[in-house]
Amino acid sequence: MSTMTTARGRIDWLGIFFAGLLTIAIVGPLLVVGTWAFTEVWRYPNVIPQQFGFRFWAQTLGRADVWNALMLSLQLTTVVTLLSALICLPAAYAFARMNFPGRNILFFSFLAGHAFPKFGLLVAIAAIFLQLDLIGTFWGVVLIQLVGTLMFMIWIPVAAFQSVDRRMEEAARDVGAGPFRVFWSVTLPQAGPTIAAAVLLSFVGTFYETEGAWLIGAPGIRTMPVLMISFINNQMVIQFGAVLSVLLWVPSFIALMFARRVIGGGAFARGFGG
Amino acid sequence: MSVLHIAEVTKTFSAGAKAVDSFSLDVADGELVCLLGPSGSGKSTLLRMVGGFEQPTSGSITIDGEDVTHLPPERRPTGMVFQSHALWTHMNVFKNLAFGLKLRRMPAAEIRDKVEAVLDLVGLAGYGDRMTTQLSGGQQQRVALARSLVLEPKILLLDEPFASLDQHLRERLREEVRDIQQRLGITTLFVTHGQDEALSMADRIVVMANGKTEQIDRPDVVYRDPKTPFVAGFIGSMNLIDGEVRNGYFMRSDLTVQLQVPDGPATLAIRPESLDVTASDTPKASVHRVTDYGSHGLVDLDLADGTRLKSMVAHPDLFRAGQGVDVFPRAIAAYRDNQQIYRS
Ligand SMILES: Nc1ncnc2c1ncn2[C@@H]1O[C@H](COP(=O)(O)OP(=O)(O)OP(=O)(O)O)[C@@H](O)[C@H]1O
Ligand SMILES: [Mg+2]
Repeated sequence: MSTMTTARGRIDWLGIFFAGLLTIAIVGPLLVVGTWAFTEVWRYPNVIPQQFGFRFWAQTLGRADVWNALMLSLQLTTVVTLLSALICLPAAYAFARMNFPGRNILFFSFLAGHAFPKFGLLVAIAAIFLQLDLIGTFWGVVLIQLVGTLMFMIWIPVAAFQSVDRRMEEAARDVGAGPFRVFWSVTLPQAGPTIAAAVLLSFVGTFYETEGAWLIGAPGIRTMPVLMISFINNQMVIQFGAVLSVLLWVPSFIALMFARRVIGGGAFARGFGG
Repeated sequence: MSVLHIAEVTKTFSAGAKAVDSFSLDVADGELVCLLGPSGSGKSTLLRMVGGFEQPTSGSITIDGEDVTHLPPERRPTGMVFQSHALWTHMNVFKNLAFGLKLRRMPAAEIRDKVEAVLDLVGLAGYGDRMTTQLSGGQQQRVALARSLVLEPKILLLDEPFASLDQHLRERLREEVRDIQQRLGITTLFVTHGQDEALSMADRIVVMANGKTEQIDRPDVVYRDPKTPFVAGFIGSMNLIDGEVRNGYFMRSDLTVQLQVPDGPATLAIRPESLDVTASDTPKASVHRVTDYGSHGLVDLDLADGTRLKSMVAHPDLFRAGQGVDVFPRAIAAYRDNQQIYRS
């Protein structure tokens, strides 16, 4: 009895220690950036800024290029995610459930694209896009970012579809459902949570993607993260960067809210557990 | 009248060997037929062909006079209960049962009545709102059964539905299923590799080995009069002794048994309960071990060449290990070339 109590006590301390560590690692930087965004004056020895205010918010949000970039980023990300789902989900289902010649080679080619240094690949693609007049265009960036989502949107859904119990699908056929109805009523709901996670990951990943967006998009297309980088590079006002990065949290929060609503705690775990 | 007619069905998977080999069977209306056989004998494959989940390589399957050989599962009047129950975990019990009825465009009120009735039938009244993951293994299997029954299939197919349950529950569910099956008079094919399950439930048993039928008979007949050495060895406990017949006598080691068949090799089959042993001064076998089960005893004997035999005795305390004994078979059957050639 007493050993059990001490064991539990020790685990508690360990848990608190790690929770604290995690909080410092994740929340700490966020807190600092968040504080900077609302700071007007913060000079050296002070732990807390001398003067809070919305001056930099007004300055940042007053800029047309910030708004343009935000709208552009949301549009880009939505288009890329939808296209990716449209292309990848049926492909993932085919990979998971059908047997066709070249299946394995094709499947691993999706991984291979991510096994090599990405920037080199991007430069090569940029060269091709230059020929096709896609540099600096919306659809050029869509294409390059689409390639970036393939990994998540194929691999995770393939695993999700594969982990759906075949007998469940057969049972649905047995009670009278045709193949399409089985997919809609059994396969998709069973794989749903995991697939929703993949869609979410690719949405957030695409929103923050900078390499492709910069290399292919410049100079005509400036996404939010690209704009932020140029702010930081060009003028050393910490607050501009901080305000933008706080703004960039918005899609993350929206995505998280969406995730909670669509997926729900238990289903989320089950989806990943297979 | 035969409801299910399976004619010369063969299934060859791409791998090569025949999983089911020229299998034929007629099942009468309201009959429960058990498919019994060792692992890999093709029971599931056969059942899945009846359900429409596998296509026969050749042969035909007819239900109620209609050839269903090439129909997909959703267009066959069959209902399948899987070993893994295969309930849809994203739906509650009610939705699991209602799904098939909804596909048939039944009005909601009628669906509710039917689902309630069938839940009552399987002893789960009031469980409609539960998620399937919140049920015990036995309850899940009952729901799976109800899911098939609610659609009133012409033929109920069960593939080892109780295999993952413990012995106690298995026996209870076995009785429940048999009761329900008889009450509804529903024609049923039941796959199992448990012989006690087959013997206790079935109207008829099909014993399968290597995709082929070994014997189709009533349970008591299969037990008392196995037609092949495989069935003899598979059902119940049996002494199978290979030997030679010469001049009307079967011989193996010191054991000789009168057997009126032509000379040649033969396999003798004797149930332990049909093999008497007595202490003897001119022993033909020696006692290896005596096991006392209270109600009866089992004596393991060795012939001089080491062949092991089992005998059931009423008074095991009369025997001890190492003792020399004489053996007297009371009822025997003999097989040659996989055929029964003699039975007493
Ligand atoms: N999809 C398949 N592809 C290839 N071979 C298969 C397939 N399904 C079954 N088989 C083979 O067919 C044979 C019969 O299998 P089946 O599942 O019908 O046996 P069973 O009698 O149900 O055995 P068990 O009692 O273990 O369930 C086995 O040799 C098996 O390996
Ligand atoms: Mg099987």
